[in-house]
Amino acid sequence: MRIELQKRAQVSTLFSMLSPLLALVLTLFFGGIMFWMLGKDPLDALYSFFVEPLLEVWSLHELAIKAAPLILIAVGLSVCFRSNNWNIGAEGQFTIGAITGSILPVLYPEWHSPMILPLMLIMGMIGGGLYAGIPALLKTRFNTNEILTSLMLVYIAQLYLDWLTRGPWRDPQGYNFPQTKAFVPEAVLPEILDSGRAHLAIVFALVAAVVIWFMMRFMMKGFQVSVLGQSERAGRFAGFSARRMVWFSMLLSGAFAGLAGISEVSGSIGHLQPAISPGYGFTAIIVAFLGRLNPLGIIASGFVLALTYLGGEAAQLSIGISDKVSRVFQGLLLFFVLSCDTLIHYRIRLVRNQTAGGAHA
Amino acid sequence: MLEAILLTVITAATPLVIASLGELVTERSGVLNLGVEGMMIMGAVIAFAATQATGSPYLGVVAGIVAGAVFSLLFGFLTLTLVANQVATGLALTILGLGLSGQIGESFVGQPGIKLQPIAIPLLSDIPFVGSLLFRQDLIFYLSIALVVGIHWFLFRSRTGLKMRAIGDNHASAHALGINVIRTRYLAVMFGGACAGLAGAQLSLVYTPQWVENMTGGRGWIALALVVFASWRPIRVLAGGYLFGAVTIGQLHAQALGIGIPSQFLSALPYAATIVVLIIISHNRRTTLINTPASLGKPFVPER
Repeated sequence: MRIELQKRAQVSTLFSMLSPLLALVLTLFFGGIMFWMLGKDPLDALYSFFVEPLLEVWSLHELAIKAAPLILIAVGLSVCFRSNNWNIGAEGQFTIGAITGSILPVLYPEWHSPMILPLMLIMGMIGGGLYAGIPALLKTRFNTNEILTSLMLVYIAQLYLDWLTRGPWRDPQGYNFPQTKAFVPEAVLPEILDSGRAHLAIVFALVAAVVIWFMMRFMMKGFQVSVLGQSERAGRFAGFSARRMVWFSMLLSGAFAGLAGISEVSGSIGHLQPAISPGYGFTAIIVAFLGRLNPLGIIASGFVLALTYLGGEAAQLSIGISDKVSRVFQGLLLFFVLSCDTLIHYRIRLVRNQTAGGAHA
Repeated sequence: MLEAILLTVITAATPLVIASLGELVTERSGVLNLGVEGMMIMGAVIAFAATQATGSPYLGVVAGIVAGAVFSLLFGFLTLTLVANQVATGLALTILGLGLSGQIGESFVGQPGIKLQPIAIPLLSDIPFVGSLLFRQDLIFYLSIALVVGIHWFLFRSRTGLKMRAIGDNHASAHALGINVIRTRYLAVMFGGACAGLAGAQLSLVYTPQWVENMTGGRGWIALALVVFASWRPIRVLAGGYLFGAVTIGQLHAQALGIGIPSQFLSALPYAATIVVLIIISHNRRTTLINTPASLGKPFVPER
């Protein structure tokens, strides 16, 4: 027996809709097996992981808080990935955005003005964008692989934040905790509803998704992204510049990640500290693929992945499984998404081997 | 003093050398596996677990190798059989590996490990300085040197190695010549996984004999960069690995001496060095193009 792929004459619309769902079902199935191996009742565990967090108003707010950075970053990444630029350093751009966005409230804590919040957001976007500009510059100027450089910059950004919050930016009245002064109320992202903590970040995320969806669907720029991503050669014939696309996609995704960073710090944390993200920048890669690199799909997948974070916390409390399970779920999900995507372009057939010897897996 | 420093450089360099060598073979066959970090951390945790369970670090080494190879099969199945995107699948492997290892290793946190003991080679180990540096080492160090020589011989002196390079440079032609592209690539991917697993075992059995979550700390990624740095040549991997080992150890010593530079900046040095090295190596577009396996990262579906 072996597996053989047969190229479909055209992309299967059925499977482009079905493949993310199929991946979800498979993840749940294997997740259940994992819980069973950990000695828990699988249905019980899955219930407390994926359903319980949806039953309370406060945890719905938490869901929105966690979905916001995921969606925002993933929307930017979708443009990168579609144009074949592999920015995997969003976590670093998120961190730098959080830092540059925090300059005003940390260094000028006496400044109370309605101007401060918009300025913070803009500075966060600029910081994240510029940080993503480094791999873009290196790729266009020195032909350096952006995957490796953007990833290395994540470690550097995190160490820089660590130094800032333990060193020059540490709150002198903070009992030696490695964190900055709490932001003034004017510098805190306002909540959107009276019923809970969810703040404006989720609105930014949804707006960004719709804008980028519009761009990809109806604007010349979006067309350039797809053409250059599928074939740089074809793009060149059409007069599109691959070099400028590197800059565009990297700066855009960096700015979105930076906005996510400062929004998270300003809206959810309220000060800067060494650890500000449970890996949003990396999880957003999964969000982007689960959403099939389509901004509207990313909205849905952002909430799904946010649920894995919440579910991890919930399951830890209610059935005593470690919250590391969430990361396993996220990894499994990406695997299944990628394998199910094969169904979109290929028909899979199991072939019984007639000739011995020529078999391969 | 110098001897002690050089010994730590060797210990820091060995996992980088081994993981890069594995990835080098994988990439020579035309497959880009970005999951080195994930396979490495799986090797580290399984090696630690097997050592705790059996009391023998040697069984731990074997378990680490097997874990890396088995884990890499996931990548192989997706990218070779299902022709999924190699970049994305490699990332998935890393994300899953980091998660799974954290889950598996949860009960090992804080437990003292068992260190793989050095083996003194008779006579040679009595040579002053060099003897204790190179011939009073653990098994994994000897393996790393054997791998450099062995892989160099395999790629450039053996028939199978030639076939493998042919696949990496043009899989369609290789297929037309009757070489089994998919099978060779499966083997190359598994070899890469086994090496990453061995490198992980070195971390949890030699470098710091204990289990710490995320203990690979980006070494898998540095190993990937080293392959580019070495322009896909095993002997240059050795040189690059030791360069990075020296940077890592150098910054640790600088931290210990307290030379007035914040420790975070020194810790960032190996990552910054990776970027600098990549710039130096990649800036000449033509040499990069000549050295890179031409089919690297491209999907292959056999036509009949």
